[in-house]
Amino acid sequence: MKTFRIGGVHPAENKLSAGKAIETLALPKQAVFPLSQHIGAPATPIVKKGDVVKVGTKIAEAGGFVSAAIFSSVSGKVNKVDSVIDASGYRKPAIFIDVDGDEWEESIDRSADLVKECTLTPEEIVAKVKNAGVVGMGGACFPTHVKLMPPPGCKAECVIINAVECEPYLTADHRLMLEKPDQILVGVSLLMKAAKVTKGYIGIENNKPDAIRLMTEKAAAYAGIEVVPLQVKYPQGGEKQLIDAVIGRQVPAPPAIPINVGAVVQNVGTAYAVYEAVMKNKPLFERVVTVTGKSLKNPSNFLTRMGTPMSQLIDAAGGLPEDTGKVIGGGPMMGKALVNTEVPICKGSSGVLIMNDKEAKRAEPQPCIRCAKCVSACPMGLEPYLLATCSSLQDWERVEKEMIMSCIECGSCQFTCPSHRPMLDYIRMGKGKVGGIIRARNAKK
Amino acid sequence: MDLILIAVVSLGAIGLIAAIILYAASKKFAVYEDPRIAQVAEVLPQANCGGCGFPGCSGFAAACVKAGSLEGKLCPVGGQPTMVKVAAILGLEAAASEPKVAVVRCNGTCANRPLVTQYDGVRSCVIANSTYGGETGCTFGCLGCGDCVAACKFDAIHMNPETGLPEVDEDKCTACGACGKACPRGIIEIRPKGKNNRRVYVQCVNKDKGAVARKSCSAACIGCGKCVKVCPFEAITLANNLAYIDPAKCKSCRKCEMECPQQAIIAKNFPPRKPKAEGEAAAKPATAPKAAPVAAKPEAPAQAAPKEA
Repeated sequence: MKTFRIGGVHPAENKLSAGKAIETLALPKQAVFPLSQHIGAPATPIVKKGDVVKVGTKIAEAGGFVSAAIFSSVSGKVNKVDSVIDASGYRKPAIFIDVDGDEWEESIDRSADLVKECTLTPEEIVAKVKNAGVVGMGGACFPTHVKLMPPPGCKAECVIINAVECEPYLTADHRLMLEKPDQILVGVSLLMKAAKVTKGYIGIENNKPDAIRLMTEKAAAYAGIEVVPLQVKYPQGGEKQLIDAVIGRQVPAPPAIPINVGAVVQNVGTAYAVYEAVMKNKPLFERVVTVTGKSLKNPSNFLTRMGTPMSQLIDAAGGLPEDTGKVIGGGPMMGKALVNTEVPICKGSSGVLIMNDKEAKRAEPQPCIRCAKCVSACPMGLEPYLLATCSSLQDWERVEKEMIMSCIECGSCQFTCPSHRPMLDYIRMGKGKVGGIIRARNAKK
Repeated sequence: MDLILIAVVSLGAIGLIAAIILYAASKKFAVYEDPRIAQVAEVLPQANCGGCGFPGCSGFAAACVKAGSLEGKLCPVGGQPTMVKVAAILGLEAAASEPKVAVVRCNGTCANRPLVTQYDGVRSCVIANSTYGGETGCTFGCLGCGDCVAACKFDAIHMNPETGLPEVDEDKCTACGACGKACPRGIIEIRPKGKNNRRVYVQCVNKDKGAVARKSCSAACIGCGKCVKVCPFEAITLANNLAYIDPAKCKSCRKCEMECPQQAIIAKNFPPRKPKAEGEAAAKPATAPKAAPVAAKPEAPAQAAPKEA
């Protein structure tokens, strides 16, 4: 069975909510929409206090080419344009909407019928995706339309759909595949058409045999789509790891991007969002979110409107347990601890993970014993112990030479370290610094 | 005997030839260096802190000699006396400069700024800052991990365990600016020391709106603008809900300190207010409590006393 060639770890899967069907979460009382829900320039608000909006009304315009529009997920009145602490832990500008009823924009097709026929040109599909504010739903939130427009000199050869969901605990993509397989496959066809390719792969890890079976069965009816079962290994959902696993090509070091080896990688959730945007005229304003944790009473998958506070999801899953140590936005490997539970669900919120005191506690770091487990675990072939040490000594030239910019921040090194050394913390700091140095250097040229 | 003679003669000959080659080479490849660079470097403090903006003391010396004018050049460690010596060597005028000191613009002590989360990552401000807003509700203030302390080469800044904030030792501080560069939040500012070592500044960098700022820290600047109105010298500007006192315009009248409802404006090293001033303050009940904490500051009289003596 296929997988990526170097490194990787095997964290406990803990897919507690894999058997739970997607439930629709009740509407929030107030929805909050941070203006930076994606990589790139923040969106510019186009509503003001007192404006009445419907479900699917555009409330913020894309702030540049690499940016995405934001749509209201509720109907009601704009309360204020202020700021909110989002998943980043910082206060960011946001639009607050008081919910009143549930009135949708007329243009949205709310029927459950599957629409397969698409007569649009590739450019029209990209335009529709852009106008629906679709971004990568895996967590990085890269605007989808940008990925579908290859830079000059590059040509896409295939579309790879990331249905790996290698993060432990999370099951949102798994459930989406089981419940909306046809919609996803139409979405993949649309992405293939938009990228002007005839080949599409769906990479699914072997721990989801039901999804592999169902998708393989359904994919037979769609031209050029192949389901690729993959060996279970973290971080297979990393873009570069997935390309290596599925088509056996390695993306060169930055500034090279996947399109340089002919691959366009999209998340399975994005494929679904593209289907809804193009075929149903429905902009991106809701997503499936996994709420999970060992101490949580009822781990679930919720179809959630954007802007809903995380506390509402936690309450719906049985309430915040007494012994909660951390609430994490995303999965345990790459997710981020949240400052409070009022953080709103955004386009990239794939899960809410509750960790109890014991699980949340970081082990005391011990001296490095030179076992080189981090080197074996690094999926990018780097030397994490060296990068961490040189970063802590602020030797920026050395870490740049040691390819710190290739780090994907997957945390495999820190996960595997028997001395519990906080390597990723230092590497991330070094990466930030070196990134700044490189940008300054390029600006000078 | 012959053997010794041969050895002496041959070694002597080799030595002579080598000396001639070395002499010729040193003449041929000689690099002229202005002797004044070495002279200037000699009077510099050799701290190599980089506070002047040049790579080390010799770099600064070379730059001084090359520039032909000392305008804008200052060794923050040696200060004006060193610059006068440098000027004497180069036969130039030393640019006038006033002594400066690092000030910590955050008063988010444990009492003023309650914790809302717990940070258990690496004890480094840069890393904490890249992770999230910090342990308190204020996403602008001091993170308390002590990057500034690690950056200081003069042992002039230390964390106060009681307040959780760094404190500058004004006698040791050379205003080299290393702490300010190390601080990921730009809390530490290099300000003129002021007349008699007395200065007035806003001890806050919170840019949140008033209500949000006040909720996270009881000593936060809320951007009310009262100080701007009361200042007779137009030294205070208000931008992004935050007041800033321009040290060039400030005459240290301390009117703003009296007016600030949050006690975010600090008058450092001033003697305690006279009873007359307190009487005035008592006339305005709203401002009465403000004079008290300043007067109660233990370091203010202690540091001011020896200078006056």
